[in-house]
Amino acid sequence: MININDIKTILATDCGSTTTKAILIEKIEDHFMLTYRGEAPTTVEEPFEDVTRGVLNSIIEIEELSGRKILNKDKITTPSNNDEGVDVYISTSSAGGGLQMMVAGVVKSMTAESAQRAALGAGSIVMDVLASNDKRLFHEKVKRIRDLRPDMILLSGGVDGGTISHVVKLAEVLEAANPKPRLGLDFKIPVIYAGNNKASDEINSKLKGITDLEIVDNIRPKLEQENLEPSRNKIHDLFMEHVMAQAPGYQKLMSWTDAPIMPTPGAVGEIIKKIAEKNNISVVGVDIGGATTDVFSVFKGIFNRTVSANLGMSYSICNVLAESGYDYIARWLPFEIDQEDLTNRIANKMIRPTTIPQSMEELIVEQSLAREALRLSFIQHKQFAVSLKGVQQKRTISDAFEQTSSGKTLVDMLELDLIVGSGGVLSHAPRRHQAFLMMVDSFSPLGITQIAVDSIFMMPQLGVLSSIHPEAALEVFDRDCLVRLGTSINPIIKNKSGEFELFSYAFSYNNKDYNGVIKSNDLELLEIPYEPIDLRLTPKSNVDLGSGFGQEINKTVYGGEVGILFDGRINNIKGQSISQDKNKIKEYYNKTKVYSL
Amino acid sequence: MSKSYTPGLKILKNTKILKERRLPLKGDINCKVGDKVGNSTIVASTFIPGNIHMVNVINQLNIDAQSIKDYLTVKIDDLVKKDDIIAENKGMFGFFKTQVKSPIEGKVSNISSTTGQIMISEPDIPIEIDAYIDGEIIEIIDNEGIVLKSNGSLIQGIIGVGGEKNGELIFLEDNPNEYEGKIVVIKESINKSQYDTYSGKGAIGIVAGGFDYQSLSDILGYRLGVAITGTESIPTTLMVTEGFGDVQMSDKTYRILKDHSGKKASINGATQIRAGVIRPEVIITLPNQSDIHQDFNEDDLIIKENSKVRVIRDPYFGKIGIVKGLPSEPVKIDSETKARVAEIEFENNERKLVPRANLEIILE
Repeated sequence: MININDIKTILATDCGSTTTKAILIEKIEDHFMLTYRGEAPTTVEEPFEDVTRGVLNSIIEIEELSGRKILNKDKITTPSNNDEGVDVYISTSSAGGGLQMMVAGVVKSMTAESAQRAALGAGSIVMDVLASNDKRLFHEKVKRIRDLRPDMILLSGGVDGGTISHVVKLAEVLEAANPKPRLGLDFKIPVIYAGNNKASDEINSKLKGITDLEIVDNIRPKLEQENLEPSRNKIHDLFMEHVMAQAPGYQKLMSWTDAPIMPTPGAVGEIIKKIAEKNNISVVGVDIGGATTDVFSVFKGIFNRTVSANLGMSYSICNVLAESGYDYIARWLPFEIDQEDLTNRIANKMIRPTTIPQSMEELIVEQSLAREALRLSFIQHKQFAVSLKGVQQKRTISDAFEQTSSGKTLVDMLELDLIVGSGGVLSHAPRRHQAFLMMVDSFSPLGITQIAVDSIFMMPQLGVLSSIHPEAALEVFDRDCLVRLGTSINPIIKNKSGEFELFSYAFSYNNKDYNGVIKSNDLELLEIPYEPIDLRLTPKSNVDLGSGFGQEINKTVYGGEVGILFDGRINNIKGQSISQDKNKIKEYYNKTKVYSL
Repeated sequence: MSKSYTPGLKILKNTKILKERRLPLKGDINCKVGDKVGNSTIVASTFIPGNIHMVNVINQLNIDAQSIKDYLTVKIDDLVKKDDIIAENKGMFGFFKTQVKSPIEGKVSNISSTTGQIMISEPDIPIEIDAYIDGEIIEIIDNEGIVLKSNGSLIQGIIGVGGEKNGELIFLEDNPNEYEGKIVVIKESINKSQYDTYSGKGAIGIVAGGFDYQSLSDILGYRLGVAITGTESIPTTLMVTEGFGDVQMSDKTYRILKDHSGKKASINGATQIRAGVIRPEVIITLPNQSDIHQDFNEDDLIIKENSKVRVIRDPYFGKIGIVKGLPSEPVKIDSETKARVAEIEFENNERKLVPRANLEIILE
């Protein structure tokens, strides 16, 4: 790779399970900016079975749009030579099902949970968590490992110097299962041991012959210390060496890139962490894909990632239907639809995952499903992102937890400053208003929350770019990636029956005074751009907007491409909209300019 | 020029068919290159390890794990019967011995002096892989499986459930009397009650144009959340050629199948629509067929003017037409999405713009 100061053109691709996206970043007048974008179907499957075909097609699209010649006989020209080629090429990937792992630990809520956090933080899908106390019998665990055939296993358990028998027992489960990798029978499955150092020799003697065993520092060297970084780094290394190397065409792709290929969720996590770090704020990020939905959060500097492996907008869209049910999807629709018709449409999207909604009705159905996929994924995230029990950890920004009360969720909706959405259904929504309301409806924010979206779904590429050129990544992120949609204001209400006033608002913008009163089951959207606004909110005595019931708030908030939403829609105890009135739903959509109905 | 590929199912009348038959674990190959095999010929076999039972010896004998060796009456790899003594203590003056018995018949596969447990494995379970279709072995994959070659018709469906089966092709429109062991082809969309009818009459496979999602859920007993199928234990394998809802099988698919009425066919419902797509299929092997059409090549999958296409999403779902134009600039469609589109002339001469992503090329 050329000297970092000489880099002027960067090509980055993200090989998703459905689509391969390419972006071209160029340094123009001392500033890095996104200049062109191309995309093409991912080609890991028959008849192509070579990921590089999709990569080349997405690059050809950039060539056509930019007029810049990047390829020379199906090879990327690096470094650039005047107007040809690029200086750096990097890529992320989640194609081929991503990285699928099993993790094991002695105590389910302690070492096993730490192992799960390390695996998720590295960008993997955790297929199952084995623990000595998970109430499954020995042979059931053995069968589970044999059936699932993960790409990799992370084994942890015990503090350094402590009892070894429990973790050795877990190793005996692996030994008995004699697991085989998902891809390539000639290879041994990679197993990372990150447990009690006193047990390393025993683990080695049991697993060395049948697995590709790597021993790293203990994930819980002491009860009060969690140390995820060594395991996470080893997962990344083995992902490249074993999993990627087995997927069709990846050997070739790996030889093209100037930095290791990152799992897509790992790359998105990098960018989310950087937003939180740079602005010192609490952030929830979401990346909704075809197969999975990833939720990231940073609260009080603590990073968490969860992946909902079977909640997505195409391959696993029927699972959204299965988990939420017809009624939960239909409640977002401003029209009646026959249940059989709706379920068949959803099932057809599953079997033909690359299709797009042509009619407005199809778009509304798809965005209703997205609301449910996001809502369910966020519930899972809140359940997982909890503090450890009475433990103080060694922390890095990415994976440490601080000591709080036991098992309490770290996700505090009143503390949340910013929600960032990414993924096709949010980034490519025809109107930004649609992405805005989808996130408000599914995350149910409380108080004052900013909403933003990844402009064209490029957070994965910027995440991997940040590993080699952070300056370019952050510059493009601020300038071209993050679209500030606006602010949503959502009250907590004590008494939820009948129609009543919730709060009033007052502010001035552009020499004009804005005053209004928001009633229950009403909402108002004011189109204010991304500029600081000194807003005064006066809630009624049974309403809390973040400072307590009946407490006035004076705060600087920002509008955005959509504006400021004062949301008086009343949610039931589960945080779900209770309106069954299709006319009312239509009115909400029209008032927020989400659809013109 | 950028290429716009469309997803396409293989609907091939005469083609070369290659089938890889792999064991889940390494094992024995029972044939050699050049062998002619029938669909039921066992081409490879292996054993998968039997279930594991753990016996906690140290708890039962109240001893330390490290001293377990002193109490054993068996060693690794010994075969044991149920209730055979596998460990015992010395008791008092040779009396009052505590004995640990094997809970099953099997083999002692591990003795751990760390955890104090004896692991006994049930006998290994034999696994055999048949050829699935008639053909000739052209490659041996060392200890893992074989590749066999055949000629014939290959029809892929869009989704299926149920595993590999072999049977004679019959057609509902011919009002057959006998369904036992047969594969029934139905041009129209069917529901669970029709599926149950033919399954009840003994059909081992059903090929239909469409199906509805609720019926599929009813057959499986759960809602199919992710399209990964093939291991369902249902008596009748189902392959759907077009999709969910009221949709007919394409004429071409039906015609090819109809040409093989009464012939032996292989059907497999296994579907996996992610991470290496697998589509369900019906294969009719024609060993003596020499007039092999060239298999489609990559360029056939590119939408061009005059390509014959089918729309695979509402509002024109299932309609067939000819591509008349391919505007290079993205066009704002009814959903307000900007998409690359194709102008399609449908069979009734009506012309509509349809996103290219919603088209499936029909390979002639």
